[in-house]
Amino acid sequence: MLYTLLCYNDEMVTSAWTKEEDAAVMARLDQVHRKWAGNFKPMLRLMPTSAATTLRKSENLVVDGPYAETKEQLLGFYVVDVDNLDQAHAIARELAVANPGGAYEIRPVMLYYPDGSAIDDAPAA
Amino acid sequence: MPQPPEHDWIEARLVGARPRAMAALLRYFRDLDLAEEAFQDACLRALKSWPKNGPPRDAEGWLIMVGRNAAIDHVRRQAKLTELPPEDAISDKGDVEPDLAERLDAADYRDDILRLLFVCCHPELPATQQVALALRIVSGLSVQEIARTFLVNERAMEQRITRAKARVAKAGVPFETPGPVERAERFAAVSAMIYLVFNEGYTDANPASERASLCGEAIRLARLMLRMFPSEPEMMGLLALMLLQHSRQGARFDETGVPILLDDQDRSLWNRSMIAEALAMIDKAMLHHQPGPYQIQAAIAALHARAGKPEDTDWAGIDQLYAALERRAPSPVVTLNRAVAIWKLKGPQAALDMIAPLSDALDGYFYFHGVRGTFLRQLGRNNEARDAFAAAVTLAGTAAEAAHIRNALDQLENCSTRQT
Repeated sequence: MLYTLLCYNDEMVTSAWTKEEDAAVMARLDQVHRKWAGNFKPMLRLMPTSAATTLRKSENLVVDGPYAETKEQLLGFYVVDVDNLDQAHAIARELAVANPGGAYEIRPVMLYYPDGSAIDDAPAA
Repeated sequence: MPQPPEHDWIEARLVGARPRAMAALLRYFRDLDLAEEAFQDACLRALKSWPKNGPPRDAEGWLIMVGRNAAIDHVRRQAKLTELPPEDAISDKGDVEPDLAERLDAADYRDDILRLLFVCCHPELPATQQVALALRIVSGLSVQEIARTFLVNERAMEQRITRAKARVAKAGVPFETPGPVERAERFAAVSAMIYLVFNEGYTDANPASERASLCGEAIRLARLMLRMFPSEPEMMGLLALMLLQHSRQGARFDETGVPILLDDQDRSLWNRSMIAEALAMIDKAMLHHQPGPYQIQAAIAALHARAGKPEDTDWAGIDQLYAALERRAPSPVVTLNRAVAIWKLKGPQAALDMIAPLSDALDGYFYFHGVRGTFLRQLGRNNEARDAFAAAVTLAGTAAEAAHIRNALDQLENCSTRQT
């Protein structure tokens, strides 16, 4: 059985962490990652919501910022490897045609560990 | 006395909530001191109540309401009109929260935050006072911390901040909701102030110093602004610019604090995740097709960041971007920077010709003489180069800058001795 663990926290709090505090959190997480290395599949850390854009499907409109409605729920996510934001939007638009309703939030990925075990490696760019 | 561990998360929540809570309290009280006292009171009550009751769902709303009530109580107590209600009656979040969440809608928050930052960059305040006031009011640094940052004693900093507050109070807090033109003006002033905070930190050679931490603070303020105003391409540009400059922090100075030129930096020390976030921000800003000075400067910094080796740098692209910046925000310093790109593209003579008309405007500018000396040295005009470097040394703002130019002078001496 596959589960996703979706990470929520207040960005105003996490972005107020010093570099040392951030590193300390990452080091503590790393312990858990290692302990359950066989269970972890792709892991990623997203960039702040300030880097996000949102494609509103019904209007076919890209707006700045994260998707903030509370009426809908997060149902899944894709990871796409693209050249730039335009291409990410192009793919999102095609997905929107296939599956109208709601929105896609397009948020750049900060850290990406494709197989969940390459903790020591530098993250893919 | 060591704090119990649960206070760590409370401290973090309070720091995170501060700008928005302070901004709303300033709207209620229209007075910086009262707003600050109210926020302090709310924090003290949070430290008592949160470990017991758990954190409120909406920490900012809680702090605003508790702070406001505490301040009103304080006023009443002084007026001896009514007795202070028991503490639990005030700090019990209970049923007040949903009501509060309704009243604090996003539009209020946006203009509150903008106002809070805007009062700190009142045009009558000199740049250093703007930065000090913003760090005290918005970021919540203590006077002691700010004094250490600026390397002045606490008493002097206290006075500086008090004077700044008095000026702001005299000018009056701009309470009314701004119109579009006014909002744009406030936005520009706030952007400039955030960049000032950043530059205060950027000049420090020691990445662990208090002053260097201002870079992170400025980045946090820009993120906060973008959270409130997500569609401002210039704020995206400013955030990207600061991230790109900050990404080189670990590579910009040697162990003795002497600056290392971009070409000579160990690029493996550049912070890749900051660069990645900055490039994403620039991508996003460009969708708006409203270029401005911060976006252009960010694009220039991005071309440096994209080059794996100095010789891979897209100098033609950098020259074009500086030309665009000259058109939008003409300044001798921009032309001086463009001359460096011209130097790389067309050689030292073309670059020297480009900066010749700047000699009056930039005569008191350290970098002008340093760059001019570099061009002259490459042309073999060593005596003139020596004079230019000597002029730069006398204008150096820090010992490290002076040391850097003395290095260039030493090299010049070495090659003249070899020649003779």
